[in-house]
Amino acid sequence: MRLIAENLGGERGGETVFSGIGFALEKGQALVVTGPNGSGKSTLLRVIAGLLPKAEGDVRIEGGGKTFPTIASAVHYLGHLNAMKTALSVTENLRFWRDFNGDDALDVEEALETVGLGGIGHLPFGYLSTGQRRRAAIAKLLASHRPLWLLDEPTAGLDKASEARFAGLMMKHCVAGGMIVAATHLPLGIEATELRMGEATERLPQQGIIS
Amino acid sequence: MWSLFARDIRLNIRAGGGALTGVIFFLAVIATIPFGVGPDLKLLSRIGPAILWIGALLACLLGLDRLFQADREDGSLDLLVLGNDRHMLALTVLVKCLAHWAGSVLPLVVAAPLLGLFMNMEPLGIGATALTLLVGTPAITFIGAAGAAVAVALPRGGLLISVLVLPLTIPVLIFGVSASYGATADPDPFLQPFLILAALTLFLGVLGPASAALALRHGTD
Repeated sequence: MRLIAENLGGERGGETVFSGIGFALEKGQALVVTGPNGSGKSTLLRVIAGLLPKAEGDVRIEGGGKTFPTIASAVHYLGHLNAMKTALSVTENLRFWRDFNGDDALDVEEALETVGLGGIGHLPFGYLSTGQRRRAAIAKLLASHRPLWLLDEPTAGLDKASEARFAGLMMKHCVAGGMIVAATHLPLGIEATELRMGEATERLPQQGIIS
Repeated sequence: MWSLFARDIRLNIRAGGGALTGVIFFLAVIATIPFGVGPDLKLLSRIGPAILWIGALLACLLGLDRLFQADREDGSLDLLVLGNDRHMLALTVLVKCLAHWAGSVLPLVVAAPLLGLFMNMEPLGIGATALTLLVGTPAITFIGAAGAAVAVALPRGGLLISVLVLPLTIPVLIFGVSASYGATADPDPFLQPFLILAALTLFLGVLGPASAALALRHGTD
């Protein structure tokens, strides 16, 4: 299975955010997207997922077979938001996404154990701290199988121990033949190709420095 | 799909859900009418079905803005849209509509017979109005879903949805009320307007979710 982007361009509100992005990701590889704020990392992830229309170029998945014919069907998208309901318990939230996404992998309890949230599944999601919420959202990735993970600042709010544990989970996913595209400022602790955005392109309006 | 239905129902019932808001609003509208109209029992029973329908229609519109907005705010909507290959998005929207109807609108239908007593309606008229509400209100939810999908990105979209949706609900209101009258007033037919009402619900059950899905697919940002 391969993820291929050719001359990909994205825009927000009619203004080009990035253009000419190209990469080919093989099975088991990870791509880390870095760059300053506003360089289009999140937009790139959303364009890859198909949540935003691409302005130019093409991005596609090859060799997905019948189970994963399109990117949308092969992807776990972890955005800034955790996609969990604060009024429901952690277990209820996870069980819903596991049922809805299909292709069951770990069951809910195991997934929570894996991210270090064992024993708090009965709490409403709203009671959790920022880091715990992020870990619950990561548990969602483990509950159903998807070959491609699109992660937007996945370690935001995580402590050192959780970061290391998440790095281990990402490596395990890659070893099992998965692919990862992660946008981040922080080192993720995994072996990955780096895609730097926003350096060659000076199209963005320069922000004045506020002293 | 069943899990989505169960989740939305659960959210509706738990804190922050709008299950009771509609019923209270409905009660407030119906309870104040007799004070405004005066103690003319004949007049009240004559306008009863129409008032019940108008009250239920407005109460239906009340919670619609949260139908997709709540999912958009916590990021769930992105994942529901991405799930399009496994669960057709229009079907996802239909399930969300049904859950919304069962959680927020069905209580109105259940409350309608009681509120019918406030309007001095006969048992037959009350039964007919409750039946037409049961058959007709899903149509309002389906149209509302399309409006809610268009206004999903607007922070105060509630009023806009009502303005968008209200003209489209008028046929439902007309046939609902005329079927309710048909059951009690003798020369008027009951079955014909009732069947048209049922047809409207079925028709909008396809058109509403399909157009809402189209709006949601192109409305992500």
